[in-house]
Amino acid sequence: MKRHLISAADLTRDDAVLILDTAEEMARVADRPIKKLPALRGRTVCNLFFEDSTRTRISFEAAEKRLSADVINFAAKGSSVSKGESLKDTAQTLEAMGVDAVVIRHSASGAPYRLANSGWIDAPVINAGDGTHQHPTQALLDAFTMRRRLIGPDAGIGQDLSGKRITLVGDVLHSRVARSNVDLLHTLGAEVTLVAPPTLVPVGVETWPCEVSYDLDGVLSKSDAVMMLRVQRERMNAAFFPTEREYSRRYGLDGERMARMPEHALVMHPGPMVRGMEITAEVADSDRCTAVEQVANGVSIRMAVLYLLLGGNEPAVTNPRTENARTEEK
Amino acid sequence: MSKILIRGAKVLGGEAQDVLITDETITAVGSDLTVSSAEGAQVIEADGKILLPGLVDLHTHLREPGREDSETVLTGTRAAASGGYTAVFAMANTFPVADTAGVVEQVYRLGQEHGYCDVQPIGAVTVGLEGKKLAELGAMHESAAGVTVFSDDGKCVDDAVIMRRALEYVKAFGGVVAQHAQEPRLTEGAQMNEGVVSAELGLGGWPAVAEESIIARDVLLAEHVGSRVHICHLSTAGSVGIVRWAKSRGIDVTAEVTPHHLLLTDEMVRTYNPVYKVNPPLRTERDVLALREALADGTIDIVATDHAPHPHEDKDCEWAAAAMGMVGLETALSVVQQTMVETGLLTWADVADRMSFKPAQIGQAKGHGRPISVGEPANLTLVDSAYRGEVDPAGFASRSRNTPYEGRELPGRITHTFLRGRATLVDGKLA
Repeated sequence: MKRHLISAADLTRDDAVLILDTAEEMARVADRPIKKLPALRGRTVCNLFFEDSTRTRISFEAAEKRLSADVINFAAKGSSVSKGESLKDTAQTLEAMGVDAVVIRHSASGAPYRLANSGWIDAPVINAGDGTHQHPTQALLDAFTMRRRLIGPDAGIGQDLSGKRITLVGDVLHSRVARSNVDLLHTLGAEVTLVAPPTLVPVGVETWPCEVSYDLDGVLSKSDAVMMLRVQRERMNAAFFPTEREYSRRYGLDGERMARMPEHALVMHPGPMVRGMEITAEVADSDRCTAVEQVANGVSIRMAVLYLLLGGNEPAVTNPRTENARTEEK
Repeated sequence: MSKILIRGAKVLGGEAQDVLITDETITAVGSDLTVSSAEGAQVIEADGKILLPGLVDLHTHLREPGREDSETVLTGTRAAASGGYTAVFAMANTFPVADTAGVVEQVYRLGQEHGYCDVQPIGAVTVGLEGKKLAELGAMHESAAGVTVFSDDGKCVDDAVIMRRALEYVKAFGGVVAQHAQEPRLTEGAQMNEGVVSAELGLGGWPAVAEESIIARDVLLAEHVGSRVHICHLSTAGSVGIVRWAKSRGIDVTAEVTPHHLLLTDEMVRTYNPVYKVNPPLRTERDVLALREALADGTIDIVATDHAPHPHEDKDCEWAAAAMGMVGLETALSVVQQTMVETGLLTWADVADRMSFKPAQIGQAKGHGRPISVGEPANLTLVDSAYRGEVDPAGFASRSRNTPYEGRELPGRITHTFLRGRATLVDGKLA
């Protein structure tokens, strides 16, 4: 595995399976009376958030604390455009304080890449979402959720998602979740279809390893999982679609559409959901919707990523399977 | 009386000849000049080097007044002399904007005072570059600066009526409007060329059609009102097609291409390194090849640098926060040598045409872009085309270092530049 986690496209199949397997071990810790491992004891991780995000920051923080890392939260609102608050200065300040890893969320696409590759700092960088570029831990937790549900927590160990048909619906153009998922799911052998109005599909999508469809009803019955992407109401004002109601009618997931999906098929959502827009309350609250489970899995995935990138000195979890994981890590 | 004899240079890349400069003028050209007129001349041995007319840049940002932290008229003209230029046209997007006679005269005078390179100010088309109200174009023309080229460069004159009026109005004194072709609504939030790479990188797209639609409109406007129009930094294959069509129809249009659009593609943006951030953005390989072909066949008339200096901190940041633009004066000829001469697309005589004769003609730069013959002003550039070396921004005369070529090997080096017979660059060092 590379030193940093910037893009889901950086992961090989074996890297990704190793992370999912390690996350499975981490998930078991959550079932213990004491949900804490000593793996990152004495290491300092900084959560550097230039963009508001409660969920992702809390998820990383929980993961770091469960691994016994010392956690520094740095919320710098706005971007570095305002002088005296540049990304470079902030990063160097943190490095001077001796952080061992930086988790960064930034509104500018490429900011984590710059941080990792500009020579500003040495610490490993984990991308927690950058602009409309990538959100690799989200894609990993989504794949983890799919593997657990479609194959099984135990049966899934060592497995990828070969042959699974995954459909992503919504604002692909502005979605880092979609980009990360297309890359990772393709690496894991899944067949991906993107569904969106043509205005919300990027020019240049033709080189992506996936299919593109404008017709949701045509792909529902052929999906093992349907992931609904958030659609911001403001997009309407920029003429990406005429009205909220028309969007919901053509691309929203309601009970009737859900009924046309195969019985085993999942409904997924990275959150936060806009109920009544891309998903009805009925679907969001149904047993088939994994939105809440995805949040729980996010902590396990982030523990796995931190553990593997920081090469914890102690076994992550004291049981034989994790010993295997650590060997593969090399 | 000062005399300089340039001995054995290949004039416009042709046969080796001797060129005698007396004071400000070329007084003899021939093989083996032993005539008594050369007696007492300072001799510059130029065996194997190429002698070109002093280069003329129709598109330079000198940043003064207002952004002296990135460039001044002095540092910018020193960079120009280093790059073989004897005249540069200074763009109007300064602070304050060069939209009055006062500002253009100031820039003009600074150029004269420093003496490294003639500075011909470009006047803004509209007040404050706002695209709303015509600036006093006539006053700028009649000022000591004698402005003939008008541009809101950095911004597009997007209002069709304002553009039409500007095209018409400058006919009264033979001016030309140079358009920065960028449809503003199609490029809101644009960060790079829209295509395969932008889709992957998640950076806002700057579609080719935003340039092409404005060029198409403006050549039709120029035809309708019988004016000439100049297109700045043309960057797409589609734009080439439109200009080619317009010229075939007899429309009075000229166009420029920058060195960086002849060499670099949007693949460079994958590094997220803002030295590659420029407006219009780097395009695709297909565009690059179309631009080279168009410069070779004359569809694109000239090479212009769009030299755009920025201080280090404006590039040492994340992509979205970075300024757009690259310095170019000191590397332009090397890039043209690599992309056009060494590919066999242009001869050195063609290079003289695209980088000196034609730009001087479009901008009406008096005394520049003249043939290398007796009686002409001695504005000359001597090029060591055999040189190979890596670009080292630390050696730039420009105040800024935002070059996309750092560490890249480029061919050719300017050894001497003469402005009206006075050496501004000697053996690669500023005089």
